[in-house]
Amino acid sequence: MTRTGEAGRRGEKVRSDCWVRVEPKTRGGLKLSVRTKVEAMYGDAVRATCTKALEALGVKHAAVAVEDFGALDFVLMARVEAAVKRAGLGEGRACLPEPGPGFGAKAVRERFRRSRLYLPGNEPKFFLNAALHEPDGVILDLEDSVAPAEKDAARLLVRNALRAVDFGSCERTVRINQGERGLWDVEAVVPQNVHLLLIPKVESAEQVRAVDERAEKIRKSSGLKAPVHLMPIIESALGCFHALEIAKASPRVVALTIGLEDYTADLGAPRTQEGRESFWARSVVVNAARAAGVTPIDTVFSDVSDMEGLRAACLDAKALGFEGKGCIHPRQVPVVHEAFAPSIDEIERARRIVLAFEEAGRQGLGVVALGSKMIDPPVVKRALRTVSMAEALGLLPEGWKKES
Amino acid sequence: MVGKRAELKRNALGRLVPAVVNGKKQVPFKGVDGYVAKGRQAAPPIASAANFPGDGDKRVGSLAEALEACGLSDGMTLSTHHHFRNGDLVGNMLFDASARLGAKELMWFPSASFPCHEPVLRHMERGVVHHIEGSMNGPLGDYCTDGKMRGLGVLRSHGGRWQAIQDGEVHVDIAVIAAPCADAFGNANGVNGPAACGSLNFALADSLYADKVIVVTDHLVPFPAIPWQIQGNHVDAVVVVDTVGDPSKIVSGTTEVTKSPDRLLLAELVARFVRDAGIMRDGFSFQAGAGGTALAFAIYLKEMMKRAGVKARFVRGGSTKYLVEMLDEGLTDYILDGQTFDLCGVASMRDNPRHVATSPFTSYNYHGKGFFGTFVDAVVLGATEVDVHFNANVVTHSDGRLLHGIGGWQNCLFAGCTILAVPAVRDRIPVIVDEVTTLTGPGELIDVVVTERGIAINPRRHDLLESVEGKGLPIRDIRDIQREVDQMCGGRPTPPRRGREVVAVVKWVDGTVMDSVWKVVR
Repeated sequence: MTRTGEAGRRGEKVRSDCWVRVEPKTRGGLKLSVRTKVEAMYGDAVRATCTKALEALGVKHAAVAVEDFGALDFVLMARVEAAVKRAGLGEGRACLPEPGPGFGAKAVRERFRRSRLYLPGNEPKFFLNAALHEPDGVILDLEDSVAPAEKDAARLLVRNALRAVDFGSCERTVRINQGERGLWDVEAVVPQNVHLLLIPKVESAEQVRAVDERAEKIRKSSGLKAPVHLMPIIESALGCFHALEIAKASPRVVALTIGLEDYTADLGAPRTQEGRESFWARSVVVNAARAAGVTPIDTVFSDVSDMEGLRAACLDAKALGFEGKGCIHPRQVPVVHEAFAPSIDEIERARRIVLAFEEAGRQGLGVVALGSKMIDPPVVKRALRTVSMAEALGLLPEGWKKES
Repeated sequence: MVGKRAELKRNALGRLVPAVVNGKKQVPFKGVDGYVAKGRQAAPPIASAANFPGDGDKRVGSLAEALEACGLSDGMTLSTHHHFRNGDLVGNMLFDASARLGAKELMWFPSASFPCHEPVLRHMERGVVHHIEGSMNGPLGDYCTDGKMRGLGVLRSHGGRWQAIQDGEVHVDIAVIAAPCADAFGNANGVNGPAACGSLNFALADSLYADKVIVVTDHLVPFPAIPWQIQGNHVDAVVVVDTVGDPSKIVSGTTEVTKSPDRLLLAELVARFVRDAGIMRDGFSFQAGAGGTALAFAIYLKEMMKRAGVKARFVRGGSTKYLVEMLDEGLTDYILDGQTFDLCGVASMRDNPRHVATSPFTSYNYHGKGFFGTFVDAVVLGATEVDVHFNANVVTHSDGRLLHGIGGWQNCLFAGCTILAVPAVRDRIPVIVDEVTTLTGPGELIDVVVTERGIAINPRRHDLLESVEGKGLPIRDIRDIQREVDQMCGGRPTPPRRGREVVAVVKWVDGTVMDSVWKVVR
């Protein structure tokens, strides 16, 4: 069955996106009409890209209209493909953009996950510069920020973005949908070097394993070596009770996080700034994560204009044991990084403990002492972690031990 | 079609420019300081108090009566000013009145035109207005770049406009000055009244050099109207009307701080550069305009100044509430204000003697005995395009259509450190190009180009390169940023096709011709 297929957006305010309509025909070849805001500089390039995409998708006879508002090639291709598929054509075919300079970035299990920046999966204008804000991870979101009717189009756009957009040293993350739809997401994005899958509304280890199995299968069949890491999001009371099993569901789980909008709705309690209603749940997530040996990450802070509130929320999360926070606006990233970085006092104390520890080792002493105070082994361990974080963040210069 | 078929010459930057513009012989650009003007300034006719009322009351019944009394006739040059920006009502009032009086072939010489002046199109089509010398954008800009205007557009900087009037390059027959507050003698200011806008100093040159001067106000006060930014001794007639401007549009939208995360990142980079290059130090000075990025820059810099315990000697405005806060908090000794962008700025200028209204003469005029624009330590400006030699375009879109006027942009280039803060790409359009569409500012005066993808320092400025070494700023070669963006956008853009007909010229601050604007081929 073929029908007219449309995809993308048009209008005065649309930027970096385009709108495509594909009207299947039985003969007459391809009739392409393009109106583009960048006619003077890229008009011919836009037409060439659309033609190439239609050919790759095996579309032989159709009237295709494109209105372009400065979309890059990977966006044009995704929108053409979405419209073609919606028109009932191009089955089993895909049109992939050439891999860009950031495509080969390697997944790393142990790394900073202080900030993860959410990018709505159907909004290409936010993709291009996301990495410039230097979050530890970018999340191309296919779940809550995408309307149900746009899930197919967003999936293609995110797939193409993973190939074409340079996300720099950010962890390349996709938040998939729930259930079966989420598994389709996995199929589309895993071959494109995804580092981390964020799994929403997890209530059981089974859900994690289903995603893990599908991801592993696709990874292997695509010949990819690096594992695809997982971060389940707990967003309900039931999820809290199963938090430990969830965190241990697969060796590829690297972090556990919590979504408080849904959790408080599930409780039937209003979400407050103070967060008394979620204190237990957040503690459960931290404890389950630590018990499973993965990183606990806190929820997002949703008032983008309140930087002081964000800073306070981060310090609160840090005090509970979390190591990172979700960001919904790029300007939140530096605030989060600053809050989760060890303070000057913490660094100074850790530095002295580490030096005392090493001195004790050299003297063959079993007990570490700082002045007249004994230092317990877990305190030493924490000090070592603080010092290595301070080194990685450039808060302690290289060779600081020699200067001390 | 005067000038359009005129002979073209290649200037010192290699740009083709007309030898004659609107019947006047031109000097092609000869280099930044390459042209030394000679001769004497223009002057208005000698007036006599005998011809004016002893009680100082110069009121006449209407603008039309005032124009008649000032001898309005065909072919005259009439000037207005952009203190009310897109809320100006007097520009249209003037040409409606001129049309009713049957005047023809007038030249409009505004300090800037805005989209609200679209009705002037009709007057051009009917022959009331022959052509415009002043910035044009929107419908007027398209009319010009489509080649429909008789005569060439002439784009000048604020300082260049003063220079042109003072040097007699443009002779203003009648200046019409819209005043938020005036007395019957013609003293006028912009700090009081319902249409308060700050200073009236874009009209100062016109008041000094025009043959005739008309003040139009909607807020008449008994003598004296203080401060007398415009002195009644230059004024021939005063007209009182219901309203001179729409206050809601006088404060322009550009005074909102940007919310775009990318622009904020850019603004923060600029502030870091100014700090880390050592420009931010006690007693320094800077200029930040009213664009969203420039405002955000000022806010970031303010925080950095506070943290470092540094105070500025003066800040050059376009003032807004953000600069006023710096003044009130003692972070700067003075605001030297060219124009005021919000009501907070207007109130500060009225009430705080350290918030000083400056004129294009004190701040910008190249044909004076110096101007203070040269000793501002850092300015932050925008541009539509910049090329790999740091030449920049501020007047046309990348497709050649007129976008906005030069404003004080060219004059500001003389500062100690000139910084262009531009996004590296705008909706697939790369901002760094091989050659700018319209050359508005020469690269030798542009020191730094800051983009969200890195900072390019003009290789001429070894000192700046050295001063930021090891400071952790993303310093890059300008061609390197260009390559990255071109690759992202799908290759080097096709250079726009341009027509063979010149529709406007860009003047340099000394009156020489820097570049031509060509008819757009659609």
